[in-house]
Amino acid sequence: MYDVYEIRKQFPMLREQKYMQGKPLVFLDNASTTFKPQCVIDAVVKYYSEVTANSHRGDYDLCYNMDVEIEKTRKVIAKFVNCDFKEVVFTSGDTMSLNLIAYSLGRKILKKGDEVVLSYAEHSSDILPWYQVCNEVGAEVKLIPLSEKGELLPENLDKVMSNKTKIVSIANVGNVLAYTANIKGLTAVAHKYGAYMVVDGAQSVPHNKTDFKDWDIDFLTFSAHKMCGPTGIGCMIGKYSILEMMDPFIVGGGNNVTFNTNQQVDYLEPPVKFEAGTLNLAGIMGFKAAVEFIDSIGIENIHKHDQELFDYAIEKLSQLDNVIIYNKEARGGVITFNVKDVFAQDEATLLNSKGIAVRSGQHCAKILNGFLKTPATCRMSTYLYTTKEEIDALVNALKEGGNILDAYFN
Amino acid sequence: MPTLTNDMMRSIILDHYSHPLNKHDAPNSNYEKVHMHSDNCIDDLDIFLLVENNIITDACFNGVACAISTASTDIMCELLRGKNVDDGKYIIEQYHHMIHEEEFDESVLEEALAFINTSKQAARIRCATIGWNAADEILKDK
Repeated sequence: MYDVYEIRKQFPMLREQKYMQGKPLVFLDNASTTFKPQCVIDAVVKYYSEVTANSHRGDYDLCYNMDVEIEKTRKVIAKFVNCDFKEVVFTSGDTMSLNLIAYSLGRKILKKGDEVVLSYAEHSSDILPWYQVCNEVGAEVKLIPLSEKGELLPENLDKVMSNKTKIVSIANVGNVLAYTANIKGLTAVAHKYGAYMVVDGAQSVPHNKTDFKDWDIDFLTFSAHKMCGPTGIGCMIGKYSILEMMDPFIVGGGNNVTFNTNQQVDYLEPPVKFEAGTLNLAGIMGFKAAVEFIDSIGIENIHKHDQELFDYAIEKLSQLDNVIIYNKEARGGVITFNVKDVFAQDEATLLNSKGIAVRSGQHCAKILNGFLKTPATCRMSTYLYTTKEEIDALVNALKEGGNILDAYFN
Repeated sequence: MPTLTNDMMRSIILDHYSHPLNKHDAPNSNYEKVHMHSDNCIDDLDIFLLVENNIITDACFNGVACAISTASTDIMCELLRGKNVDDGKYIIEQYHHMIHEEEFDESVLEEALAFINTSKQAARIRCATIGWNAADEILKDK
């Protein structure tokens, strides 16, 4: 394992005490975004201060070096999730990646009467692109029922699959209940029916070991900013043979070889085919630094740290009579809770007044409410730099309770 | 109006949150309705105003709402009821000035003065104004 207090020294947001509402900042909204270590910040700054140039567009060294940097980043990511580097397509992030799959693959293969299977726990980014495309072509979205605890089980996937199912798209780890799905088992079921398997890795890739090849999945998406990288950069990984068959979603810039006045276009090969326009080059350099940083700590160690904090927090929170926990057994980086008889947003505001950052609301998983039987929840989420002291701060704040209006009148 | 103490403001908000006087659907179809939802809170509300002969004869609201939006909208309904449209608009305008820490005419805000501290929790400004924006939407063309 690693020393969390040593790791924190690498993060400017943690190195010197930050304050919110005049109280020491306790950041427990890491499922939303994460802080950046100095090495990632330096990599981004390096692009702007030392190596600025566009990619694929010049005969000079700076430009060539940028191309090399991009390919190196693809290789670092490919090694991290075990895929081929040519299967890594850069996007602006997870949402863009899922849209890309829905439009480039979905619109191409889905016909009227076909089905796309998602789960009740999906984030809007893995629901709305499919709604859009299915509405367009007359296909239907089916939802996998969750187990009593809130897990996504292969046998439940099997119940909603049919020969009409062309695509299954699910999160490896949901952003509210945070159970880790058995992707290998789920993929076997999807493939049994000949459906493509898309895995939204936004909440899992930063926390759990991901194995694109071993899982035999067809697509994987994730964002850099949830794993200590910059905002505005992420990737869509797809099996190369499928990428070759897909149409580009966004076109222009340098993603083509030739085009003529007869409206014929010859596009470049994947992954560049899907990367029209100037890429977020500073972001790519930061992305590489982030993956290398995570790798240097070890994803297994990060996962272990998550679990330790989860067990610690559940033990402490369970002792509070006024707290309802919705995912007691998830053992991941997210705990979803409510304080009895207090509206989630009011509780989050009270915590804000104590310097504690948590998320409240529906967390973009708007069809999960029926399962949770509450209109909104509070969500605290940890990452590799979260300490037990920060969990204590939350527990103590919840224990103190206090009136929700303290936030306005203290 | 005498200055409200913090304790008074707290009890005004809690009272209107726990026992709102105007949280119900419109009793008939003569009411004008605006639906509001918040992008940073769960608030999802319908606001109803009955405007007859330039007078806001009634105001009510219903839906899912946090403490701040419930109490602020409930108090707004109390304030607007019986006012003419121009006075109603003036009250809404003064409330917005107060929320955004600008100079305002406190003589017209009565219990709504309890929200003077909203900017301390900037993320909740939207909650404290959601009902007021809806009423403004209905009144603006009148």
